[in-house]
Amino acid sequence: MSQISRVRKWKNRLLMGLCYLALGIALVPLLSIIFVTAQKALPTLNLEFLTALPAAYGTAGGGIGNAIQGTAILVSMASLIGIPVGVLTGIYLSEYGRGRAADVIRFFDEVLSGFPSIVIGVFVWSLIVVNIHHFAAFAGSVALSILMIPVVARTTEESLKLVPNSIREASLALGVSKWRTTLSVVLSVGRSGVITGAILAVSRIAGETAPILLTTLSSSYWFSGLDAPVSSLPLTIYYYAISPFADMRQKAWGAAFLLIMFVLGISIIVRLISRRRYLR
Amino acid sequence: MKARNQGITRDSIFRVLVTIAAAITLLLIAAIVYELYNGSTASIKAFGLSFIVGTVWDPALKNVFGALPLIWGTLVTSAIALILAVPLSIGIGILLSEFAPRVVRFPFSLLVELLAAIPSVIYGLWGIFVLAPTLRSSVYPAIQGILGFLPLFSGEVTGFGVLTAGIVLAIMIIPTITAVSREVFNSVPNTQREAFFAIGATRWETAKHIVSYARSGVIGAIMLGLGRAIGETMAVTMVIGNRFEIPSSLFQAGYTMSALIANEFNEANGALYVSSIVEVGLVLFVITLLVSAVARALVWRSLRMYKGASME
Repeated sequence: MSQISRVRKWKNRLLMGLCYLALGIALVPLLSIIFVTAQKALPTLNLEFLTALPAAYGTAGGGIGNAIQGTAILVSMASLIGIPVGVLTGIYLSEYGRGRAADVIRFFDEVLSGFPSIVIGVFVWSLIVVNIHHFAAFAGSVALSILMIPVVARTTEESLKLVPNSIREASLALGVSKWRTTLSVVLSVGRSGVITGAILAVSRIAGETAPILLTTLSSSYWFSGLDAPVSSLPLTIYYYAISPFADMRQKAWGAAFLLIMFVLGISIIVRLISRRRYLR
Repeated sequence: MKARNQGITRDSIFRVLVTIAAAITLLLIAAIVYELYNGSTASIKAFGLSFIVGTVWDPALKNVFGALPLIWGTLVTSAIALILAVPLSIGIGILLSEFAPRVVRFPFSLLVELLAAIPSVIYGLWGIFVLAPTLRSSVYPAIQGILGFLPLFSGEVTGFGVLTAGIVLAIMIIPTITAVSREVFNSVPNTQREAFFAIGATRWETAKHIVSYARSGVIGAIMLGLGRAIGETMAVTMVIGNRFEIPSSLFQAGYTMSALIANEFNEANGALYVSSIVEVGLVLFVITLLVSAVARALVWRSLRMYKGASME
């Protein structure tokens, strides 16, 4: 072995080692966030914290029950709009769209999913909140649903494209019409991917803060109608984190723990289910 | 015969339905563009170009709005994020597509993707109570000890400021750049690797070739990360210090477009103030639109080139 090849060999080892180091550096924040959140949240977690209304500003006690309720409502309402539109768009792209028109829609779907969520927030704020002169839960749901549509559309298209053509042909050959084939056969065969995509989209919008801040704001009470502000987990974390009271900061960690558990739990389960993709 | 006719009509109804759903995306984008432009006309009329180059933001007395410090803050924090995140992300991307044993590729990818799943507001919370104190007590004094003679690293160290915001952004865009560049590397034809191994190249030399072969896709991945950094709001708002000025030192507090929107939308009284905030949104929107359109076109093109297939 010549001198040169020894140098190359060591260079190879060194740089491969640096790549592992890069991964290590990137994982420090992840582990730190999970560990610190769990550690600071554990003392706060009890039944009162999960079910009660917040105590008066700056006083101890109380909980974030209304924030959990509000996030559940905002996310469900957004899903009611975002998932059907997204799934139908995905069906169009996979089953009906041809040539340039489908490419254009696919491209703009990608572009829409690249919009910063605060821009969607400014859009809904300027369109709805400024005109009706108050913040409202439905405005927040509209903003969140806009964020969902491109995500659901893309995953739906991907999973329907995996359905073999022979299944479509078999159904059409039996005289089943195209819409029925699409809904009862193609969508049914590809449903696990579609459901996975929808769940992933839900977990993504559950933690969105900026668009809700601009459209729904927050409330210290229980949900009182779609036309009124409502509390939510992300905004509770934000307001409590910047508050001057130690007790509220502690509760911010508690709320963050619930949100992290929900979001990371869904992400991990979904990735494990769709693991086949990595093994191809 | 009747049944068949019905089938045809239902078919066309369904076709129209899915086409409408698909068109909603286009309508939404058109509505967003229209609303942002329409909402900012008052401000555009009042200030014109001086909105972009002006450095005074005075809603209280003079009712004058100039957003240069915000644009500067957004661009500088994003640039810091890229400088820190790009080498790490490309390194991890190479690791996950070329070096790492197949068994660990899935768990490693999963861990990096989890970074992307954590909500922005939680990065902000962690930034306030864990990252900023750590940087203030150990990292920043060390940087100042070595590079303190540069104006860029001078001044008082609070832990909150432009550099801290850039670091948080870097952490947040690592998964984006990593995932896309890994995908681009994976799509490079195997013949490229085999040719290099066949002439006795080491794995690193081969990987270097793969990166340069896939460079347009890598640039696209970087720009996707940049797009995400430019629009990021909550985490930045919570650690940048929110002071409306062009800071001379990276340790100083600054402000970004998104942070100003998040802080002031609720105080905006008066049509011109509201309009100016919408115009900040419009500027932010135009910048991210340009960045992400170029990025997606690059990624799309390079994946298509290798696979002969569509984007995914």
